[in-house]
Amino acid sequence: MNSRQQTTNSKTGTIIRLESVEKVYHVGNEDVRALAGVTTTIGYGSFWAIMGPSGSGKSTMLNLLGCLDQPTAGKYFFEDQDVNLLDDNGLSELRLRKLGFIFQSFNLIPQLTVKENIELPLFYLNWDPKTTAGRAADLAEMVGLGDRFHHRPMELSGGQQQRVAFARALANNPEVLLADEPTGNLDSTTSAQIMQLLVDLHKSGKTIIMVTHEHHLAAFAEKRLLMRDGRIDHIEA
Amino acid sequence: MMYPHLFQEVKLGLKNLVLHGLRSLLTMLGMVFGVGSVIAMLAVGEGANQEALEQIRLLGSNNIIIHSAKPINEENKAKGRTFLSIYGLLYEDEHTIGDTFASVDRTVPVKIIRKEGRVGKRSQELRVVGTTPAWFELVRRPMVAGRPLLSRDMIKKANVVVLSESAAKKILAAGKTIGQKVRIGGSYYVVAGIVRNLASTGKTIKPLDQEMDGYIPITSMREHFGDVVVKRTAGSRLREKVELHQVIIQVRDINEVEAVARGISTMLGHFHKNADYRVEVPLALLRQAEATKRTFNIVLGSIAAISLLVGGIGIMNIMLASVTERTREIGIRRAIGAKRRQIITQFLIETAVLSSCGGLIGIAMGLFIPWLITLFAGLPTVVTTMSLVLSIGISLAVGIIFGLYPASRAAHLDPIQALRHE
Repeated sequence: MNSRQQTTNSKTGTIIRLESVEKVYHVGNEDVRALAGVTTTIGYGSFWAIMGPSGSGKSTMLNLLGCLDQPTAGKYFFEDQDVNLLDDNGLSELRLRKLGFIFQSFNLIPQLTVKENIELPLFYLNWDPKTTAGRAADLAEMVGLGDRFHHRPMELSGGQQQRVAFARALANNPEVLLADEPTGNLDSTTSAQIMQLLVDLHKSGKTIIMVTHEHHLAAFAEKRLLMRDGRIDHIEA
Repeated sequence: MMYPHLFQEVKLGLKNLVLHGLRSLLTMLGMVFGVGSVIAMLAVGEGANQEALEQIRLLGSNNIIIHSAKPINEENKAKGRTFLSIYGLLYEDEHTIGDTFASVDRTVPVKIIRKEGRVGKRSQELRVVGTTPAWFELVRRPMVAGRPLLSRDMIKKANVVVLSESAAKKILAAGKTIGQKVRIGGSYYVVAGIVRNLASTGKTIKPLDQEMDGYIPITSMREHFGDVVVKRTAGSRLREKVELHQVIIQVRDINEVEAVARGISTMLGHFHKNADYRVEVPLALLRQAEATKRTFNIVLGSIAAISLLVGGIGIMNIMLASVTERTREIGIRRAIGAKRRQIITQFLIETAVLSSCGGLIGIAMGLFIPWLITLFAGLPTVVTTMSLVLSIGISLAVGIIFGLYPASRAAHLDPIQALRHE
C-alpha cells in the first residue's frame, strides 16, 4: 500500500446519520416514493453494502448519501452537518472534500489521459498544478497503472479503467468512498482485483458504501443493508 | 476563481477544439469571415478616405477657389455660329476681394490657356498659366532649378516662363535648362525656373507626366494673348472673353474660411448677376468627406454587427450541441465536486478560445485581403490598428456573450441525470 493511503484518520463514531429520510420524485402527474422513511447511522471506517431488488431505492439512497441530491423530507447529517441546509455550492464543496465516487460504467472523461482524469479533483481543489502530477503518479502506481499514465481511457481495458476511476476517487483523500455496482461491467478476474482494492482501502480505515446485487461481493462488507420498497428491510452484520 | 488553473483550462479548451477539428473550424468560419471582412472593408474605406482627404488637402484647407463658369444661357447663344461670349471673373474681382476681407492673406489670379510650347524641333502642348508671384507662395512647391516668377517680371511684363518638371523634361534639350527660349504662341519666353510637379500620394491621381505646365506673368499673358480665347470646334469657331479663370484666396485663419467664402459668394452675387462663377471651398469638401466617412462607418458597423451576430449564433449553436454531447462529462465533473461557476467558466473559456481563434484567423485574412485588393485592383487600403483591436475585442465579446447561455445550461444540468446520460 502507498504511504499516502495510510494517512487516513482513525476517527471513531458516526459519520452519516439518516433520520426518516424520504425522497419523492414527480414523474408526470404521479409521485414516486423512492425512499419512504429511512433511518440509520454509519460509523467511521465501516464498510457497508447496500442491496435490494431494482426499484427498491438503493440508487436513490446512494445519490442522497453522495450529496448529489437532497431528501424531500427527513434529515441527513454528514459529520454533524445538516445536508438539507446546504445550497448547490455547499453540496459541491462537500463532495469535493469528503466524498469519492466510483461508478458501474467507470465514468472517465474520454478526452483526458489517465493522469488528467486522476488530477481532476485536485484541479477543483485548487492544488498547485506543479504538485498534482506527483499525487496522480502515486495513485496510478497504487492501482498498478503507472505504465499507463499517459494513455486515454479508450486504450485501457474495463478493469484498468475502473482502477483509474478508483485512483481518481481517492485523489482528494475522501472520508467516504461511494461505489455504485463497481464490478457490474467487469469479468470475475478483474472484479476480484477491484474488490481487493476496496478491501485494502477499508483496512486503511476509509468508510466505504457499496451498492451491489451480488451476494458474494456483499460478503466482503462488514454490514449488508437490504432495501425493499424504499425502506430498510433489514441489516445484516 | 481558478486562476492557478486558467492556463490548464485554456489548454483543455484548445484540446477539445482540436479533438473536434473540423467542427471547430466550421464554427470558427463565421467569426473568420466576419472579422476578416470587417477589417478588409474598413481598410478599403480608410484608404479611399485618406486619398480623398489628401486630394482635398492639396487644394489647401485654408484656401477658397473661385472658378469662372460658363452660364447656361451663354452656352445656348453660342451654338453653331461665331459669337463672342463674355463671362467669368474679372481682374477687378480679385482686387475687390483682397481689399474687402481683412482676413484674406493673399489672392492669386489664374488665367489658363492651352498653347503649344516649342524649343527647336521639340514641342508639347502646354497648359499656360498666367499668374503672379503669389502663386508660388501659395502652392509652396520647391523649385528644381532657377527661380519662381518675381514681381519685377510682372511690372516689366517680362517674357519669362517657369516650367513644371515634366514639361521641362519633355521640351527642353539636354544640357543647360535655365535660359533656354521656349516659343509659346508668337513669342519667345526665357525659362527662368523649373518647379516640382504636384506631389502625388494617392495611387489613382493621374500620372505625373500629364502635368505639362508653363507659368508666365499674368501681365505678359494679357499683353500677348489678350482676354479673348478662340476655341475651334467642328464647324464653328467659338470665341470667349474670360479675364480670369480662377482666383485662389488664402485665408489667414482656418476658422474664418467658411465665413469668408459666404461673404465672397454674397459679394460676387451683386456683380455677377448671371452666376458665371463657382466657389469651391476645400475645407467644406473636407468636412463633407468626413461626414461621408461617418455615414460609411455606420453602414459598415451595421454590416459588421450582423456578420458577427451570425458568427456568434454559429458558436452558440455548436456550443449547445457540445453541451448535449458532453452531458456525461459535466455530470462527472459535478459529482467530483465542480461548482456551477466552474462549469460555466470551463465552457466560456472554450467559446472564448473558439471565437478568438476565429478572430485571429479573421485578422490574418483582414490583412491579406486589402493587400490583394491593392495588388490587383490598385485601390489604396489602410489597415488601422484601431480596426484590429476592435475586431479582436468584439470577437472575444461575441464568444463570451453567445457562450453564456450554453454554459449556464451545462451548469444547471442535474448531476444525477447528467451521469445517466448516454
